[in-house]
Amino acid sequence: MSTSSAATPLVEMRDISIAFGGVKAVDRASLELYPGEVVGLLGHNGAGKSTLIKILSGAYARDAGQIFIDGQEARIDNPRDAKAYGIETIYQTLALADNVDAASNLFLGRELLTAWGTLDDAAMESQARQVMGRLNPNFRRFKDPVKSLSGGQRQSVAIARAIHFNARILIMDEPTAALGPAETAQVGELIKQLKREGIGIFLISHDIHDVFDLADRVTVMKNGKVVGSARTSDVSKDDVLGMIILGKCPPGAIPGPGAAS
Amino acid sequence: MTADATSAEARDTHPGGLAAVLRATEIDTRLLGMVGALALIWIGFHLYGAIVNGFGTFLTPRNLWNLSVQAASIGIMATGMVLVIVTRNIDLSVGSVLGVCAMAMAIMQVWVLPEMLGLGHPAIWVIAVLTGLATGTMIGAFHGYLIAYLQIPAFIVTLGGLLVWRGAAFFMARGETIAPVDSTFALLGGGPYGAIGAAGSWIVGLLACAAVVLLLLSARKQRRRFQFPLRPVWAEILLAVIGCAAIIGFVLTVNAYPWPIGIVRQFAERTGVAIPEGGLFISHGFAIPVLILMAVGIAMTVLITRTRFGRYVFAIGGNPEAAELAGINTRWVTLKIFALMGFLCGLSAAVASARLNSATNSLGSLDELYVIASAVIGGASLAGGIGTIYGAILGALVMQSLYSGMVLIGFDAAAQQIVVGTVLVVAVWIDQVYRRRTV
Ligand SMILES: Nc1ncnc2c1ncn2[C@@H]1O[C@H](COP(=O)(O)OP(=O)(O)OP(=O)(O)O)[C@@H](O)[C@H]1O
Ligand SMILES: [Mg+2]
Repeated sequence: MSTSSAATPLVEMRDISIAFGGVKAVDRASLELYPGEVVGLLGHNGAGKSTLIKILSGAYARDAGQIFIDGQEARIDNPRDAKAYGIETIYQTLALADNVDAASNLFLGRELLTAWGTLDDAAMESQARQVMGRLNPNFRRFKDPVKSLSGGQRQSVAIARAIHFNARILIMDEPTAALGPAETAQVGELIKQLKREGIGIFLISHDIHDVFDLADRVTVMKNGKVVGSARTSDVSKDDVLGMIILGKCPPGAIPGPGAAS
Repeated sequence: MTADATSAEARDTHPGGLAAVLRATEIDTRLLGMVGALALIWIGFHLYGAIVNGFGTFLTPRNLWNLSVQAASIGIMATGMVLVIVTRNIDLSVGSVLGVCAMAMAIMQVWVLPEMLGLGHPAIWVIAVLTGLATGTMIGAFHGYLIAYLQIPAFIVTLGGLLVWRGAAFFMARGETIAPVDSTFALLGGGPYGAIGAAGSWIVGLLACAAVVLLLLSARKQRRRFQFPLRPVWAEILLAVIGCAAIIGFVLTVNAYPWPIGIVRQFAERTGVAIPEGGLFISHGFAIPVLILMAVGIAMTVLITRTRFGRYVFAIGGNPEAAELAGINTRWVTLKIFALMGFLCGLSAAVASARLNSATNSLGSLDELYVIASAVIGGASLAGGIGTIYGAILGALVMQSLYSGMVLIGFDAAAQQIVVGTVLVVAVWIDQVYRRRTV
């Protein structure tokens, strides 16, 4: 609550609900993100983390709730709307078109064109080389379909795509799951750098150490409901583990509707 | 990168047979396989005729010229079917849509326009063709709407379309055959007057050769600019020679087929030219429908390789969900693909009905099968994401060669069906095996 008086949040998701058939995947979840802040989103498998952020990225249509960007209510009905608000997403499934190459994936939906209105593959590839160089300097296979890349290389392509277009809000759903230690460290550095540029980041991860390293606050979900939120400076890792496993909200955290009483 | 290029250069200066040539020229082995299959079919039918009937008729200018004209109608539609199949859809209705478009054009130019403008008015063929193209585009767009926005599977929508539009074609003229078509319109179907003659064919052929050389040069310049490995010079020259030889061979073939004597006599009477001793040799040259197919092939290749739309088609085929998440309006793209397919059916209908000089309500029956087979034989994968325009056109040529060859040697319809069906299944099986080994 102390932060909310400081400025308007970049993103506020209020009482978001969505059900698939009978399953309430997300149930009255609320979440905030401030500029230059990293919020870790934690929870067991199937807790509803990916579903919640997919509502923000326009992939799913919510059943109820509101989304505010810069304090204004936002209409996000599809991925194009979300991108128009500067929301970029690295999906857990990566969401790459396997049959086209890295540069084409990077610019998918936002291709660079020549003066003739045709695709400027040369320009796209040269920019792709630059941005990939930041993430994975060893990457060479710009001409191959991404199907033939390794899991980590594919993940690098997905990350490159999200950071290349001057996002204001970045959603990272387990961005380092397939990466080696060097590449993971690189992504950690990248997150810190983007944070300094004032970008707000949602970071979903199962690695609680990483989250404590990078995040300013954590929000924990369980069975589709928010258990609670806390500054990483106010709680211990064990407290957060308790929130994830037992749904028990420690004293330093603000309890949500999912907190065990 | 440069190390790579030099090592490739070193490796290729000592070509060890076909494999080295293929590697250096970067010719796709699938293309080679199709050309090989085509050669096998052509030579096979020719030898069969030579041995069994005493004379081979397949590898004659006359037959090859006819083959090129007959392949045009299927080939035009096959280029559109590539896009449909790449996006994991299917269009079973193309033959029936062709039927409706041909009917619409025939009614326009035989019943409607002569009343309004007078018989033989020069605008008739233009208005008729535009009517056909518009009819096809609208039907295709409607299919696309049902598929993309109402989410009815393409298989079902176009299976329904197959029946509905065939029935509609019948109703439009109460089952009558409408003939004859406008005389300018008839040129779209080929025939002696619907071909551009020897000089015109040489011009087209030489332009095409120049284009081949320019394309190779500009590709090399691009590669050098971005420091990608270059092909060895001998491989570039080999490619240019093969490309130009194929084009010039085609020109020589179509120019070697003369007008029939009756037409020559007619022409001589009309123009007052005296027929010399031993007859007058007037070449057909490229038929107009073949030129239309070439233009469609080039335009469609540019569309799918050089434009956003084409990129989206492949992305949707590779991973529809990813395409949507990347912000592509996948429904709108799907609708446009089917509208384009319909447009091409309209164009193909113009060629087919002009060739027949009439529209019948059965025009285009079973074309859907030949069109789908052409695209698939040409390497379009029903799993989505893969396909080429040149492959589909070659596929159409393979299908038409099989068909014409069997007619030529006197196979009956039942045997034709058995052969065509078997070839389709075997071709796709070989393709699967090939893909498993290369990817
Ligand atoms: N498209 C869908 N259709 C039906 N059910 C879904 C769909 N997407 C998610 N669910 C269900 O919603 C619930 C939440 O899933 P979600 O993917 O959000 O979990 P998560 O917290 O991201 O888990 P993980 O840590 O495993 O990624 C699960 O019960 C899941 O089965
Ligand atoms: Mg998830």
